[in-house]
Amino acid sequence: MLEVKDLTVHYGAIEAIHNISFSVKEGEIVSLIGANGAGKTTILKTISGLIQPTNGQVSYYNKAIEKESAKQVVKEGISHVPEGRHVFGGMTVFENLEMGAFLRKDKEGVKSDLKRIYSYFPILEERKKQDAATLSGGEQQMLAMGRALMSRPKLLLLDEPSMGLAPIYIQSIFDIIKEINKEGTTVLLIEQNAKVALQIADRGYVLESGEVVQTGTGQELLESDAVQKAYLGG
Amino acid sequence: MSKRMKTILVWVGAAILGFALIQIAILTGWITRYYEMTLMLILINIMLAVGLNLIVGISGQLSLGHAGFMAIGAYTTGIVTKMMPNLGGFALGILGGVVLSGIVAYIVGIPTLRLKGDYLAIATLGVGEIIRITILNLDITNGARGLSGIPKLATWYYAYIVALLIILVAANYVNSSPGRATISVREDEIAAESLGINTKKYKMIAFMIGTMTAAVAGSFHATYYQLIVPSQFDFVRSIDILIMVVLGGMGSLTGSIFAAVFLGLLNHFLADYGAFRVILYAIALILVMIFKPSGLFGRKEIKASKLFNWKKKEASRS
Repeated sequence: MLEVKDLTVHYGAIEAIHNISFSVKEGEIVSLIGANGAGKTTILKTISGLIQPTNGQVSYYNKAIEKESAKQVVKEGISHVPEGRHVFGGMTVFENLEMGAFLRKDKEGVKSDLKRIYSYFPILEERKKQDAATLSGGEQQMLAMGRALMSRPKLLLLDEPSMGLAPIYIQSIFDIIKEINKEGTTVLLIEQNAKVALQIADRGYVLESGEVVQTGTGQELLESDAVQKAYLGG
Repeated sequence: MSKRMKTILVWVGAAILGFALIQIAILTGWITRYYEMTLMLILINIMLAVGLNLIVGISGQLSLGHAGFMAIGAYTTGIVTKMMPNLGGFALGILGGVVLSGIVAYIVGIPTLRLKGDYLAIATLGVGEIIRITILNLDITNGARGLSGIPKLATWYYAYIVALLIILVAANYVNSSPGRATISVREDEIAAESLGINTKKYKMIAFMIGTMTAAVAGSFHATYYQLIVPSQFDFVRSIDILIMVVLGGMGSLTGSIFAAVFLGLLNHFLADYGAFRVILYAIALILVMIFKPSGLFGRKEIKASKLFNWKKKEASRS
């Protein structure tokens, strides 16, 4: 469903990623892993239209989207959860979720999606009237994911969902990602926490300073020597 | 009766009551002509503070050029009403000022709204000064001598009604879907954009509504005081308005209204004390900033619906 080809992105004069190509098939969980500065976040931002590439194509259902605005991309069914819990403080949990459905007009569908999201994250329903800024880190991450799901995406882009979270939260967040995927949402995930990311992934790509250096199924990469050495500590 | 209807009735009732009280006070001679000037100043300040709060409090863009947009309204209305000294001219002047202010805001908004925080503050400060200096150097505005002999067309009840309309527009905007989008941009621009919200568009809408209401306030200023000079619309005036917004609470419209009334009255009753007034004014501000840094109201609003809830609580208690 998503095909990235020869993607190059610059920030001013600095090249952040260089000729990256990868693909995501419908129904998959794909993980991009790599260290800080490998260009993972840049890739997601380019797909979701937050930044423009200097070169290369991003096609979604065989349609070029690399020049489209973020709004257009969301409308077409790609939803991006940015890195580091960007929830709207000063708004309640419920209002945050409402904002996720900002571009939707089908009120009934929004209502049923809200129920579905509360079933993934029961804690959000408990705290729906609470100011989002008062949630714990893990809860904020759940809220950011729930909010992204409110646009009913076909493809969910997750940027470091495990960042700064306690191990117990990481496990439950990744369980929910699997569940969301099972119910039909394709997931593109980027992570530094290579182990959990590869465990749930159908396929993975390893990035190093802006280039893809290795690819395979999640299992293959977990067992690969290079990945073991670089990310999993021998 | 639905809760919404009740809320509307409470506000309409409060507005009529306020109007009636002022009217009675004038008829019984309790409010003299001198007091009426304070009343007018307060009403104009309410228009300015509510408008600036949309920009600073709701969309989170610090603007220091509000007086410039006020000047656009004041001069447009001043020039038009000197040619057409009747209510038609007044209405036309307001309309012209609003349109011109909106156009200027749009043009300067495209480059400046891309800036953030202190950079935006300095850019808007520059815009305000550019407007003032342009007026200072134009023939039609009569330069530094300003416009005098503007017909007195503004009355307190027009100002009262227009201030109410501005509050209504602002409150409706905040509670509308674009208003929500604007607040989300203030809270987190990255997240807002990732949800498909056009952040530039909503910042621009709030900026334009705010500057247009400033033009309306300027129109009332011109046709009440009958004399306008460029120095009335300098940087200090912008700061005056900003103080009201900050004191009342950035993001609270009722806070801005309260602050405009409070500071207006404070100025009025301390007028006899000369320099002492400025000191007290400064102390009041410092105290608020120490004990309530988010402003008197913070981001909270006085809501009519809370009145019903409070009644309900009372009822359930007894």
